[in-house]
Amino acid sequence: MLARTVSFTIDGTTVRPVEVEVDVCRGLPSFGLVGLPDTALREARERVRAAMENSGYEFPLRRITASLAPADLRKAGPGFDLALAGALATAAGEIPPGRLDRWALVGELGLDGTVRPVRGALAMAEGAREAGLRGVIVAGPNGPEAALAEGVRVQMIDALAELRDVIGDEPPGREAEAAPLEAATGRSGPDLADLRGQPGLRRALEVSAAGAHGLLMVGPPGSGKSLAARRLPSLLPALSREEALEVARIGGICGQFDPAAGRPFRAPHHTVTRAGLVGGGSPPRPGEITLAHRGVLFLDELPEFRRDVLEALREPLEAGRVEISRASGRYSMPAGFMLVAAANPCPCGRGSSDPGCRCTQPAIDRYSGALSGALADRIDMTVTVAQPGFDSMSGPPGEDSATIRERVEPARERMEARLGPGRANGDASREETSRFPVSGDGLALLEEATRSSRLSGRAHDRVLRLAMTLADLAGSHEIGDEEMSVALQLRRREVPG
Amino acid sequence: MSGAGLQVDACLDCLRRSWLLADLGPFIEVASDDRPGRRTPELLALDDRDLTMAMAPSRAEPILAANRSLGRDEFAAELQSARCWAVCRHDADFPSVLKRDPDGPRCLIGRGDRTLLAEALPTGSVTVVGARRATREGLSFARSLGKDLARSGLVVISGLALGIDGAVHRGALDSGGPGRTVAVLGCGADRAYPGRHRLLHQEIIDHGVVISEMPPGTRPWRWSFPARNRIMAALGGATVVVEARIGSGSLITADLATGSGRDIGAVPGPVGSPLSEGTHELIRDGAALIRDARDVIELLGLPDRPAPTPREAVPADPEAVAVFEAIADGGGSVDPIAERTGMAATEVLSALTRLELEGLVEIWPTGDVTVVPPGRGRGARR
Repeated sequence: MLARTVSFTIDGTTVRPVEVEVDVCRGLPSFGLVGLPDTALREARERVRAAMENSGYEFPLRRITASLAPADLRKAGPGFDLALAGALATAAGEIPPGRLDRWALVGELGLDGTVRPVRGALAMAEGAREAGLRGVIVAGPNGPEAALAEGVRVQMIDALAELRDVIGDEPPGREAEAAPLEAATGRSGPDLADLRGQPGLRRALEVSAAGAHGLLMVGPPGSGKSLAARRLPSLLPALSREEALEVARIGGICGQFDPAAGRPFRAPHHTVTRAGLVGGGSPPRPGEITLAHRGVLFLDELPEFRRDVLEALREPLEAGRVEISRASGRYSMPAGFMLVAAANPCPCGRGSSDPGCRCTQPAIDRYSGALSGALADRIDMTVTVAQPGFDSMSGPPGEDSATIRERVEPARERMEARLGPGRANGDASREETSRFPVSGDGLALLEEATRSSRLSGRAHDRVLRLAMTLADLAGSHEIGDEEMSVALQLRRREVPG
Repeated sequence: MSGAGLQVDACLDCLRRSWLLADLGPFIEVASDDRPGRRTPELLALDDRDLTMAMAPSRAEPILAANRSLGRDEFAAELQSARCWAVCRHDADFPSVLKRDPDGPRCLIGRGDRTLLAEALPTGSVTVVGARRATREGLSFARSLGKDLARSGLVVISGLALGIDGAVHRGALDSGGPGRTVAVLGCGADRAYPGRHRLLHQEIIDHGVVISEMPPGTRPWRWSFPARNRIMAALGGATVVVEARIGSGSLITADLATGSGRDIGAVPGPVGSPLSEGTHELIRDGAALIRDARDVIELLGLPDRPAPTPREAVPADPEAVAVFEAIADGGGSVDPIAERTGMAATEVLSALTRLELEGLVEIWPTGDVTVVPPGRGRGARR
């Protein structure tokens, strides 16, 4: 007797439907599993057998063959347990035939028959919709995540025994209620009001958030670099519902579903590997940059990162996606993040204004200034973070994030009107930059600075991009001399050659 | 002398000497491992045969034979493809100070304006050298010294090394004249070494002159830097050391300059700074203490040379004045300045741009701001 159910396997940041077929026929009792299963999946046989027997199903003592199709797709993880048990119970006659074959079954089984959650429930529910199924049956804890998908039914069960409760056309389990996504489309993370004083740093954060300009913060330990970086997501425009869903889907796939988190903030340690940062492994799994999609990637202690790891950021920074090629195919994962980095001012960490610092200028340049080529193009701004003075630390809280976001959002809207949806000045091309009008005074200033500071072509473009953002923040249609002179200071300076 | 094209004026024997040095490069590298290279100038005082026999006894004959077989056409072709000219001590263009020095280079190969060699040297020139790994203050001082010296019409000589040397050249180029700058290299004049000074190398070729004792294309050897130092020391009317550690190459240059009868100047620094120990020792041993370009002019004994005009001490607008005062009170970056002046970040940032363009402050890649070292004309700022 043959039965069929559907489940999903995770492939990068997408899910692929997998058809689970189980055939029970005469022969010596055995349980074979074919179709490129990984170790966790191969072990499913033992879990399924125990779970079924402990849930009051009869486990057929006959020759059982389970097949996962398509056969050439490598399947990973324990999420097929429920689908295997469902198909087996149907094939064994425990569940009337045809009841489960338009439902996707996703869950890991405990030996006692409890259904456990899996990663990527939201993506799988959406996958069920795409595949034209009626809905998806998941473990209780996966319910709120899966129910975020629209246009598809989501049923939750806690134990394998519930699968039997199919009455007519009604699926088993309780209907799931979607997790609240509203919080994600509002504020993201801690508030900038916590940052007292430090007006220059605040200004830099606002400009960086408005134009999505990469930012390098240089300052001694304890001066507030990490504190500031963690508050940057709260300055960014609120996520739209689709964006919030995308963030939640990726979080779910990586086992970090948090519908209320808002824009992601990822701060990988400097010992992170290349695969950990950009994604990789076999089959490829998303890395930190994909988890930071639509949010902020913070590289603290930038000079400590391995250079080849940083070089791997080049392509994702340009394309907003990461492409990983494997013999088994190409994987493309979203990676549109804002880059924020921090460094100590010099190898000793004190900073040259501290009399105890004996670091030489070339050592300082090497340590904090020399960015690898991949990052150099994407970090428009440097800001020096100094230890705040007593007056600032004991002063009143600063302006809160919501107030700043009221300036950032209209500026971002102006950019999108000019450059296209989803774009910002930080990724404007030279041609797009040159279309922005500059006042006579502003141009004269830029010319003088280009001559006296020997700005490279790239540095010149960087100043213009920043000046555009300053003009957008001011609601001005032209770069004036104030915007230009501020942009000249905010720009990242190259180490002189 | 006549030759193929106007590039090659040097006589054959002198040219052969340069090419011989290039051939002996690896041998001298092995034989003269006496860092920091005090012996090299003595070695190079030997004549062709003695030097070759001493450095490469087993291969001396083939090396000498190959060297002697080189003809004008080969030299001309190599020089032309590297776009270099060559002058030897028998030419009118050869610096007269080097002609008088029997141990000096026999031939100079260079790029840029060769008339600069004959024109300004030796009385109107000064050699400024210092540490490669210098401090911010040292670099800043070197740049403004180079600028002021060139403004008062002196030819500024240095070695294109990282750190102080590069800052000196940069300052001289930034002055816009009338004085110009000469870079003396330890490798072939067509090679930009160190690579980070590629642009600087080209700018000096365009606006000054780059010279070397070695043929074009020669790689730098350890020994070729002390060899280069002896040329720098002899070329300048005086040698000024900006920052130097004890036992560093800059101090050898100073020694060599003393040996050539030149005056030495040294720039003091913070007590206890390892980068000023060398210059402090020089001052203790009798070097002139250099505070600014006027001290250098005095050292050269050029009383009628127009002193560099001191920069306008204080910027025009009150905001910039407030920011400038705050920086002078303790440097720092935008936030401390804003804290001290009570100004908004935007005002501070735009004032910094004005100050930077006026050359009153320097802003480093880390975003720190320092005041450009003042000349003495600015003492009465308060």
